[in-house]
Amino acid sequence: MAEAHPVGFQWVMEAKRRGAKVFHVDPRFTRTSAVADTYLPIRAGTDIALLGGVVNHILTHELDFREYVLAYTNAATIVSERFADTEDGDGFFSGFDPETNSYVQDSWQYEGHEDDSGSGHTADERDSAAGMRHESHGAQVAGQVRRDETLRHPRCVYQILKRHFARYTPEMVERVCGIDREKFLELARAWTENSGRERTGCLIYSVGWTQHSVGVQYIRTGAIIQLLLGNVGRPGGGVLALRGHASIQGSTDIPTLFNLLPGYLPMPHHADHPTFDEWVDSIRHPGQKGFWGNARAYAASLLKAYWGDAATPENDFCYGYLPRMTGDHGTYQQVLNMIDGKVKGYFLLGQNPAVGSAHGRAQRLGMANLDWLVVRDLFMIESATFWRNGPEVATGEIVPTECRTEVFFLPAASHVEKEGTFTQTQRLLQWREKAVDPPGDARSELWFFYHLGRRLREKLADSAHPRDRALRDLAWDYPTHGPHAEPRAEAVLREINGYEVATGRPLSTFAEARDDGSTAVGCWIYAGVYADGVNQAARRKSRHEQDWVAAEWGWAWPANRRTLYNRASADPEGRPWSERKRYVWWDPEKAEWTGYDVPDFEKTKPPTYRPPEGAAGPEGIAGDDPFVMQGDGKGWLYAPSGVLDGPLPTHYEPAESPVRNPLYRQQANPTRKVYAHPVNSVNPSPPQEHSQVFPYVFTVSRLTEHHTAGGMSRTVRPLAELQPEMFVEVSPELAAEVGLAQLGWAHLVSGRAVIEARVLVTDRLTPLRVDGRVIHQVWLPYHFGFQGLVTGDSANDLFGITLDPNVLIQESKIGTCDVRPGRRPTGPALLDLVADYQRRAGIVAGRPGPAVTPGAPPPTRAADPTGSDPTRADGTGTDHGDREGRDAS
Amino acid sequence: MGLRTFIEGWPVYRQLTGSDPLGRGAAAQSARSAELTARTETADGVARSVCPYCAVGCGQRVFHADNTVTQIEGDPDSPISRGRLCPKGSASKSLVTSPLRQTTVRYRRPYATEWEDLDLDVAVDMIADRIIAARAQTWEDSDSEGRPLNRTLGISSLGGATLDNEENYLIKKLFTAMGALQIENQARI
Amino acid sequence: MLPDPNSLYGPLDPAPEAGWSAAPPRMGFFTDASVCIGCKACEVACKEWNGVPDSGFDLLGMSYDNTGALTANSWRHVAFVEQPRPAGHRTPPFAGTPTGGSVSAASAAVAAGTAGPTGTAPGLLPGAPEPAARMGAARTGEDTGPGTDDRAPEFLGMPGAAPPGRGTGAEGRADFRWLMMSDVCKHCTHAACLDVCPTGSLFRTEFGTVVVQEDICNGCGYCVSACPYGVIDQRKGDGRAWKCTLCYDRLGAGMTPACAQACPTESIQYGVVDELRERAAARVATLHERGVPEARLYGHDPNDGVGGDGAFFLLLDEPEVYGLPPDPVVTTRDLPRMWRRAGLAALAMAAATVAAFAGGSS
Repeated sequence: MAEAHPVGFQWVMEAKRRGAKVFHVDPRFTRTSAVADTYLPIRAGTDIALLGGVVNHILTHELDFREYVLAYTNAATIVSERFADTEDGDGFFSGFDPETNSYVQDSWQYEGHEDDSGSGHTADERDSAAGMRHESHGAQVAGQVRRDETLRHPRCVYQILKRHFARYTPEMVERVCGIDREKFLELARAWTENSGRERTGCLIYSVGWTQHSVGVQYIRTGAIIQLLLGNVGRPGGGVLALRGHASIQGSTDIPTLFNLLPGYLPMPHHADHPTFDEWVDSIRHPGQKGFWGNARAYAASLLKAYWGDAATPENDFCYGYLPRMTGDHGTYQQVLNMIDGKVKGYFLLGQNPAVGSAHGRAQRLGMANLDWLVVRDLFMIESATFWRNGPEVATGEIVPTECRTEVFFLPAASHVEKEGTFTQTQRLLQWREKAVDPPGDARSELWFFYHLGRRLREKLADSAHPRDRALRDLAWDYPTHGPHAEPRAEAVLREINGYEVATGRPLSTFAEARDDGSTAVGCWIYAGVYADGVNQAARRKSRHEQDWVAAEWGWAWPANRRTLYNRASADPEGRPWSERKRYVWWDPEKAEWTGYDVPDFEKTKPPTYRPPEGAAGPEGIAGDDPFVMQGDGKGWLYAPSGVLDGPLPTHYEPAESPVRNPLYRQQANPTRKVYAHPVNSVNPSPPQEHSQVFPYVFTVSRLTEHHTAGGMSRTVRPLAELQPEMFVEVSPELAAEVGLAQLGWAHLVSGRAVIEARVLVTDRLTPLRVDGRVIHQVWLPYHFGFQGLVTGDSANDLFGITLDPNVLIQESKIGTCDVRPGRRPTGPALLDLVADYQRRAGIVAGRPGPAVTPGAPPPTRAADPTGSDPTRADGTGTDHGDREGRDAS
Repeated sequence: MGLRTFIEGWPVYRQLTGSDPLGRGAAAQSARSAELTARTETADGVARSVCPYCAVGCGQRVFHADNTVTQIEGDPDSPISRGRLCPKGSASKSLVTSPLRQTTVRYRRPYATEWEDLDLDVAVDMIADRIIAARAQTWEDSDSEGRPLNRTLGISSLGGATLDNEENYLIKKLFTAMGALQIENQARI
Repeated sequence: MLPDPNSLYGPLDPAPEAGWSAAPPRMGFFTDASVCIGCKACEVACKEWNGVPDSGFDLLGMSYDNTGALTANSWRHVAFVEQPRPAGHRTPPFAGTPTGGSVSAASAAVAAGTAGPTGTAPGLLPGAPEPAARMGAARTGEDTGPGTDDRAPEFLGMPGAAPPGRGTGAEGRADFRWLMMSDVCKHCTHAACLDVCPTGSLFRTEFGTVVVQEDICNGCGYCVSACPYGVIDQRKGDGRAWKCTLCYDRLGAGMTPACAQACPTESIQYGVVDELRERAAARVATLHERGVPEARLYGHDPNDGVGGDGAFFLLLDEPEVYGLPPDPVVTTRDLPRMWRRAGLAALAMAAATVAAFAGGSS
């Protein structure tokens, strides 16, 4: 955190001054470790084993915050008798389908709901990264469930959890992670001792956690611990993701993502959502509890904002205009399609995949095979110049005079040259005022896309093609100002907030959204940011003039709420758990919820409220159910649906690992997404042969002095000089083994690429003892590329493409490689070296290893007696050829 | 300046006649030093802004004069950052005023070995034409069972995590209306 | 009217002594290395405010320090020291891992030999490998303070020639610490640079700080060798001496210096020197209570060889380890004795100059 988010880290130092103990877990000793009280070196890719160890410690010693767990989580809920755990299936849960390497989730459901809830077959959900929909709400689940308040029933979630993690002992943590068991216990004790009624503990992770083939489950494990310890919805608690880009939260809320529409509404799927009603019902789950019950209003209002007068109740608000998904259309699938010549044009908007995405060579080869490429950036980045000075030009794979890609570089306006809002990592929107005009041809994206759209609409104004109707009917009138006709950002923010169509009055809350076409709302979760016609995100009341919650600085979604699910900061009766941790509580005199924050609960619903039989929507949420966006109002220790690779986190080895999974015969996540494309490969891992060809583990991350792919730091003099060269950090032990010298050169080889770097031999890296073996890890910054003031080979070139099944994010925090002294070869000799390694490792292009580990128990579908599933029957037959992207097993 | 004033302003004179006989302080202060003011004091204005690097959301004050950024520093009022900035945030002035910034459109023809110049208006027009052509070439009306698809898989986009919400909103709205589904950003990476 | 000899080395309040009547309280920095996270925001914020050029793009191999030293082109410098020594971690960082011996001595020796063009003179010079390795050595037995350990680090002279060292720890290193500290001009009470400056370019401000006036400096370079800390350095091409001004212009506007304003963890604190000294003493006491006995102040003592520093430090090891001289002495301590003759000569020259101006303008 000190490395990548130094200013956020001031609060950790503040806590430390007041006596807090800081634990830092990282494969290498960083600037955070330097000021932590305890540092735990860990083998990259084993976090679930570590966190699972903490879960086991809590459950074995009954250290959970029992009142909280009983009342607010699904610990007492009874699960179907058809459920079978990975402990019984040697790494597989019940319901595994080896044909698609995905799960049928019926057997994971709560008892009595095996057939009427859940997601069913998950292969299609994987392709559409359906897990991302749950960023603002839980998955579908039945509200009326059987519970055992004594937590003794063998199939209650608490007992299932206990059995699942029973083998995650301190000894196992040591064996899997390489963490000394005493040190592990120090962490487990500190965490549990500092949680409960009087104290809360915060779990902070940087989003490297997401970059694993089982990344979502990392975060799930953290959430399980925090729920068990009562650290969710309370001040000083929570699971805090430190995201790495100024408005990456905003670009997820108002998504430039293939599978989402604003406010986490799913992009329609051709087979599942042929009609507006089917689409809406798939979001709101008729009969389900919670606030998603009003999804029809959010959906209708979005389409009304998109298509204005043309969108009417009679034509389903132009629902037919929306493009439909048929499978995986994610960025990696796109790049492979580029290589195959299926994509004509590509826009890069402040993004540099030639350096920042996994498998840089695939990225660059894809871009070299387009008809046209538009790059909008502040600086001339690698993704704009790959055709003239990329690594593939040196190897002869890209010949400029044979590369047909037409490239437009359009200079972009910087953050001080335009106005608008960023949404930072805690969902807070902050408006930026404009300071100066952009130089020369530089323009904002707002300008570019507004005028591009205007021009497209002009050109198509007389088109008779049905495909052009969505463009012609688009509501695209925004007021402009200034010599360049810059659109007014506040007008766009007002549309995002939503307004009453008849009067133009901005909505104050999403509760005012209607499904009859009388309201237009661009992003329902942002409703209120323009309440009363005032730009609430522009509020800048000094922290000196308000309390510590600082509710009048910017605006947080939803409803300016700073801590989600804060009803959980009070006990079931609505009283603060403790005076010290008072945050939101029930005021019996006024008969309403009150506190420092906006209560995340219906303001006047008393703690004693119990829903009538069969109640749905918000009405179905009881007065002591804090998790109001969940279908059962509970925090989920166990996820009966929504997570595609298991209802509970399980330790799997990374896709590339030098180590055999010590816990299960199944080596890696069996549901991970692998592309069997000739450009892609996966280094062999045990029990496959030849894994010793790539004996070392490499991991990559950020330096304080640089930013992401370097486009905003290697180009900036006072930053570039602080970390002026690509380097690799190695332990003294590995340096001795390989023959590396301080400040000398090393090159690293994977099945995809070879890169070189200067050597820093440092005590900050350590070998680890894992399952009786010594494992060496090296660390690389991923900021370097071939453009800018300071240059170097790109670490991301080493990675192949393997994705998490829930969100289709690549595993780019760990891979295996060989490390050799000296500089790498250049020109065609470089390709020969990679080919030689591929040959020795038995890598066959386009044939990644099997998803199900040979020798692992043949998964059965016994838990799924019907053996069939309507979703699957519906979805597979009509898929558009992207099935070959699956595991080749 | 008269001679008398000139000599009175001269350090040695001040040293010999003033309270600073060693000439190390008040007497040695130069004309520039005496008139020195912080350039934040003389700025035309200050914009309340937010750091463009990571997602912590530190407040920035952007001072500017003559349409040029003269200083960017932390906003002490911010409850998030309390006026502090990391090295990247502190380098924001160098970022936005960098001489390495591209300020004109650059164009690379197919098979060309060099960049050439292109008018911005022409560039936007050419891009619009290419979008229309790509849609025409790759449009899919419906699947094999006649269900609507309304899309092109011939256009891709990546980016948006450092852009404004308003910008992302227009990007998603326009791409969706043109049937371009393959819109992605850093959140997937 | 010769000054009290004490004013060149004894305790005093420098601004009033330098002719500032009704001077504001003396202002300075307290840099607390125990909370420094090595982010280098101070280096960048300083450059942004003061328009300081880059000091080269060279990987120095000195841990994460690629600045190397305070130079005319780097007015803040964050030192990084990797040592196989305990750091108050409750459990040694590498306890239980299959480590061998520390690499520190070997890599420190290599790093000591590196130098890069900084665009300044004397800039960043290569240092001697052996003492560099010793500087970060793991020491056995109790830390009994400076000078009592025969393996104590050795000061290499110019900080630029003294890269933070690394230890030569025993086999099976378990302990490790990574020290970071943001160095800066000390703004000495007795500033030899100022005393030797023949042009009056270096002067004492009303805030008690020491500033080079860029409109006066003629690049003679006397101040460079006078500085007991090796802070002052000349910019090539320009020839003038440049260093921290404690943001003289910002102070005049009632603002905090840029580095202290940016510092995320309040490692760099700006304020009234007397108050900072109290705060520093309290901080040391707290750290001692919390089991960090090696915490100590550096440059806080008005009775030290430079009369105390306007910019002083809390360190977690001996100053040499951070590249700081253990016992700096104002290089002009003997000046009063020399003054009588030099002063007379100077007065004679000044009188002649005034006469020349008067004659020329008539």
